[in-house]
Formats: sequence, C-alpha cells, structure tokens
Amino acid sequence: MSEDIKKIMFTVRNAPHGTIYVYEGLEVKLIMAAYDADISVVFMDDGVYALKQGQNTDELGIKGFEKTYGVFVDYEIENVYVDRKSMEDRGMTVDDLLVIGEDEDTEEPIKPKVIDSSEIAAMMAEQHNIMSF
Amino acid sequence: MLHTVNKSPFQNNTLESCQKFITSGDIILLIEDGVYGAMAGSAKSAIVEGAIKSGTEVYALSSDLKARAITNLIDGVQITDYAGFVDFVEKHKTHSWL
Repeated sequence: MSEDIKKIMFTVRNAPHGTIYVYEGLEVKLIMAAYDADISVVFMDDGVYALKQGQNTDELGIKGFEKTYGVFVDYEIENVYVDRKSMEDRGMTVDDLLVIGEDEDTEEPIKPKVIDSSEIAAMMAEQHNIMSF
Repeated sequence: MLHTVNKSPFQNNTLESCQKFITSGDIILLIEDGVYGAMAGSAKSAIVEGAIKSGTEVYALSSDLKARAITNLIDGVQITDYAGFVDFVEKHKTHSWL
C-alpha cells in the first residue's frame, strides 16, 4: 500500500501579499493534505518572507494566512522546511519564523525546520511531483 | 521626482536600477513587496543604505510593513501612510518602477 503513496513537494519561492502565488499555493496544499499523500513544503528564496511571524494584513483589506500556517500540523502537513541560505540572506533567524502547530504530547510549539540546500536537493530527488508557487 | 518601487530587491533589480537614476531632491517610496528593500541586515540592505547615504529620502508604506511583519528598518528609512503617499503624488511627478 505504501508504494502507492505519492511524495509531493511544494516549494514557496515568492514573497507574500504582493502577488497571489503564496495564497493560491496554500489552497492547493490544504486540498492535497486531504489525500493520502506524503507532503512536504519548502520555503526558499523570497518565500521565506511568508514565514515571518507577526504579519498583520488588516490595512491591506486581505485575510492573510498566518493563522492557517499555524495549524499546518493539524492538517498533517508536518514536513515544513526553510532553506537556510535564503533565510540568512534576508537577515532572518529561526526566532523570526512563525509556528506551524504544537506537539500533541508536550504542547511545545513546532517551527519549520531550517536545512541546507544540499538536503533540499536530496529530498527533491525523491519526489514524485514538485509544485512551485 | 517620486520613485515608487513595488518589487522585492531579491526578486529583480528594480530597486537597484531606480537607485542609479536618482537625482537631487528625488524621493524613493517603497510599497508592496518593495518594502523588503527597507529591512536591515539583509544581503540587499546596501541598496537603500547607499541611497540614504547619498542624501535621498527613502520612505516605506506602513500598511505594507505591517502586512509583512517588518520592524527592523535600515537607519534613516522613514515611514509614511496612504495619506502621505497622496501628498507625495500631489507634490511630485511620479515614476512607478514596475
């Protein structure tokens, strides 16, 4: 059975709010999470800006997505990664990153995992599909 | 001249180009994804730092900063709102760098 489960990676490479990419990508992720797929999400390039905590889009008159990102783990989207170089180039650290859920047992907040591009490349090589937003 | 920049400096070279064509008395207003250019400590901070050092007034739109949770601004970057944006447009010719 497990051989039938597809490995699908989403990459987020655009900054939030300026375009619709990050919003549309989130919709697709939530839809795909309803299927029996092995999903991973990688934030790289300007996509790491989407993970900055404390975004308030009230004055732009748009909903924002920080709250939805905050329940990724509840949607069983647990494999969420950040490209270290992209994050550091943008003057960000792990402390800047928003929370994607909490540990079921310990209730500790869970943050995206910061990894190197070589690790991302290795994961990419294992995927059935990669979708870029 | 009022120059508005709405793209992240990592996405393309709009901010860099704009900065090259600034003349005395010009203002740069960062809006939408352009406000990422105003963040301190990034690999692209030098562009706005250079503009400020050479005497150009650089503003960032507050609503766009809030939406992107940008709080650590480069020294010298000023914040304005939509009303301020309108005032600039009234007083200056506008060049929208898209």
